Amino acid sequence: MARSVYRWCAGTILAGTLALTGCQAPVQTDPGTGSDPGTGGAAVVGVTSDPDTLMPWKATQFQAVNVLQNVYGTLTEYDKDLNTVPGLAESWEASADGTKLTLRLRQGVTFADGTDFDATDVKFSLDGILDEANAAVGSSTLSSVTKVAVVDPQTVELSLSAPDAALPSGLATVNLAMLSSEDDLGVLETEPNGTGPFSFDSRTPSQAIRLKRNDAYWGDKAKLASVEFRVIPDENAIVTALQSGNVNLAVINDPLVAQTAEGGTLTVAKTPQLSYHALQLRTQGVLADKNVRLAVQCGIDRQQVLDTAAFGEGEVVGPITAPAYKSDPNARPCPTRDIAKAKDYLAKAGKSDGVTIQTIVSQGEYATSVSEAQNLKSQLAEVGITLELEILESGAFVDRWVAADFEAAVALNVGRPDPESMYGRYFTSTGNLNKVAGYNSPELDALFAKGKATDDQAERQQIYTQVSKELEDNAAWVWTFTGYTYTATTQQVSGFQPMVNGSLQSLRTTTVG
Amino acid sequence: MTESRPRLLRSPVLGRLLTAVATLCGVALLVFIMLRAIPGDRITATLGTEAAALSPAQRAALEAYYGLDQPLVLQFLNWLGQLITGNLGISSRAQVSVVQLTAGALPVTLELAVIAILIALVVGIPIGMAAATRRNGILDGAGQVFALLWLSVPAFLLASVLLTYTARLWGFNPNGQPYAVPWLNPGLNLQQMLLPAITLGLGIAAPIIRTTRTAVIEIGGLDFIRTARAKGVSEARLRARHVLRNALVPVTTMTGLQFGYLLGGAVVVEQIFSLPGVGRQVLLGIQQKDYAVVQSTVLVIALCFVLVNLLTDLAYRVIDPRVRQA
Repeated sequence: MARSVYRWCAGTILAGTLALTGCQAPVQTDPGTGSDPGTGGAAVVGVTSDPDTLMPWKATQFQAVNVLQNVYGTLTEYDKDLNTVPGLAESWEASADGTKLTLRLRQGVTFADGTDFDATDVKFSLDGILDEANAAVGSSTLSSVTKVAVVDPQTVELSLSAPDAALPSGLATVNLAMLSSEDDLGVLETEPNGTGPFSFDSRTPSQAIRLKRNDAYWGDKAKLASVEFRVIPDENAIVTALQSGNVNLAVINDPLVAQTAEGGTLTVAKTPQLSYHALQLRTQGVLADKNVRLAVQCGIDRQQVLDTAAFGEGEVVGPITAPAYKSDPNARPCPTRDIAKAKDYLAKAGKSDGVTIQTIVSQGEYATSVSEAQNLKSQLAEVGITLELEILESGAFVDRWVAADFEAAVALNVGRPDPESMYGRYFTSTGNLNKVAGYNSPELDALFAKGKATDDQAERQQIYTQVSKELEDNAAWVWTFTGYTYTATTQQVSGFQPMVNGSLQSLRTTTVG
Repeated sequence: MTESRPRLLRSPVLGRLLTAVATLCGVALLVFIMLRAIPGDRITATLGTEAAALSPAQRAALEAYYGLDQPLVLQFLNWLGQLITGNLGISSRAQVSVVQLTAGALPVTLELAVIAILIALVVGIPIGMAAATRRNGILDGAGQVFALLWLSVPAFLLASVLLTYTARLWGFNPNGQPYAVPWLNPGLNLQQMLLPAITLGLGIAAPIIRTTRTAVIEIGGLDFIRTARAKGVSEARLRARHVLRNALVPVTTMTGLQFGYLLGGAVVVEQIFSLPGVGRQVLLGIQQKDYAVVQSTVLVIALCFVLVNLLTDLAYRVIDPRVRQA
């Protein structure tokens, strides 16, 4: 009774206000940004933040990458299974000794401003990415490239310091986007000019970015006439906007919020992520002893971490999460928690009385961090290992992580489709993140070098299985689980294909209506 | 001692203005230092842990790009110099001027604050008066409970509940649509302001109820009210002309304070209801270490706060003849 009175009162107030404003309640309003000249409609994608840059070479933020990969083209691309497929390069071929990579470019490609794409643009882009003054985040992908030469308008030859089988895959990321040689890099910060399936239309800072279909796109034209990335900072509010029909599609990170979206009129697709959760260990102090690291590894029930921190929403994984090279989580010294074995390892290290490990944890960077850390702490306490948690604001966490100023870190790290680009930079002695990773070995250096030298898929799978084993047997880190990406769509959306790297590149095949 | 000061400096308006300028200088310095004291910088805010992969030359290039390579004193003086010429800086995120960003965001927050205050006054003053009239009675108890309830309910909770339930029960979710500018689409704009203003207004109504109640009880017991009643002034006229008018001074103080608070403190509500106001602008600026945006927007908020306080002081002079004569 009280509830119905409440509903009546609230409804009356609402109706009164609507009458005063002279409007109807906007039930299932047209989310589009305008009339639909095409067959695929207009999509509104709910995002929690405005892109922090529109320059693809500097974009690492999830929202920025998702916008820019629809606007810019890359030499190669990923298909839905993350296999490398032709992009702006129709084909590529390595020389017999692997030190030259020749790329044949697609003809008839134009940038959004109408200028033609050719080999000069490729040279301009790759040289620009390699130029340290541009601070391009993808420059390490090109670390083996010593020279970019234009053979003819449709052919480019890359000279390499050593064979690099991971290079074609690396060229598919938006951080290696092709820019026009006529572009001013400063102007691109506000007016993107790419060869992608959509082109930049307009931006209202902190509110929305609008893209329109690129009718001159070289491949199958996008079905949607336009896409609006609408900023709704709170994920709960995004779900509400989806339910009321104001937004058509959104990627949700928080498992709790995703649960509220399930059922009803929305479809929520769960996709395992490439990103992985891990307890990063640095081989210093007590952790310099392999037996202590193995004790940590054996003292952890990964499924319990997953169940506690992420409500079981994810999968226990090994180091490599890329589908083509996925590690077997059971092929590790302690596939299940083994307290006796953990204590044995501690005894072997002469630390039967226990050890203390300073552990940094980020608060606010992602939803599950603190719960993960607390669960790890309680599990390891039973073994005699004390995790001293330092829960830091995300900026402080990044500062400490970047400076490698920690013994252990509870982290969510980005995964990549190729294991070389995923871990070569962490676990080779010359890797630019090796200081942070805190572990390398001659065996790993040799294995990664071997992996780069061959493009035979079967052989590479064997090599990276060995890499995985080497990492697990030495407990370089403790890999725990990978979560899901939740893609929520309304009933009007069809043709959208979620990808394990969280990419929204299938917006080009999506329709709304 | 005071008498020896030049006549100009003894002017209350000039005194207030000098205090305001000093306050703004203090705010400018404080916000500049605090921003730099927060761990991280624009580079780590943009690249996250990927910043570890930067070579020294790349890092130096980015520091130069974001102006982080200059000494802090120089950065501060450059910013102050720009402020004097009316240039609030450029947002390194949006690549537009902070003046342009703030010109878009400030009216949103001002409109929200004004509507919220109106709701608070419309709800708060009558309930406060009714509570004072029936002191310790049922109405008083109900008013006190009402006030305590809205003081206790956090804004984020009320906002989430309102947003979720109105959308699910009635499909009413105007905030899911792009923000409507009031002069282009006033109907939708008012709908978008409704729930956030109710959320904020109810929270502010609580102290207004309490202040009104206390002031009305206090004024009602004074000699001049007894005299007026003895002279046969009707109860309604007595309340409206004598009690309420005198009770309005503390209520105005409270309203001014709350209004100032709303200018910078509506962050959570703006965030949940996707209103592009200054609160959200500052929050995003802090998250992304967009120094120019945070520094200049906070200064604009402080300026508004100072102006509101100045206007509140002037309002006293209208309401209370004794202040006017002082």
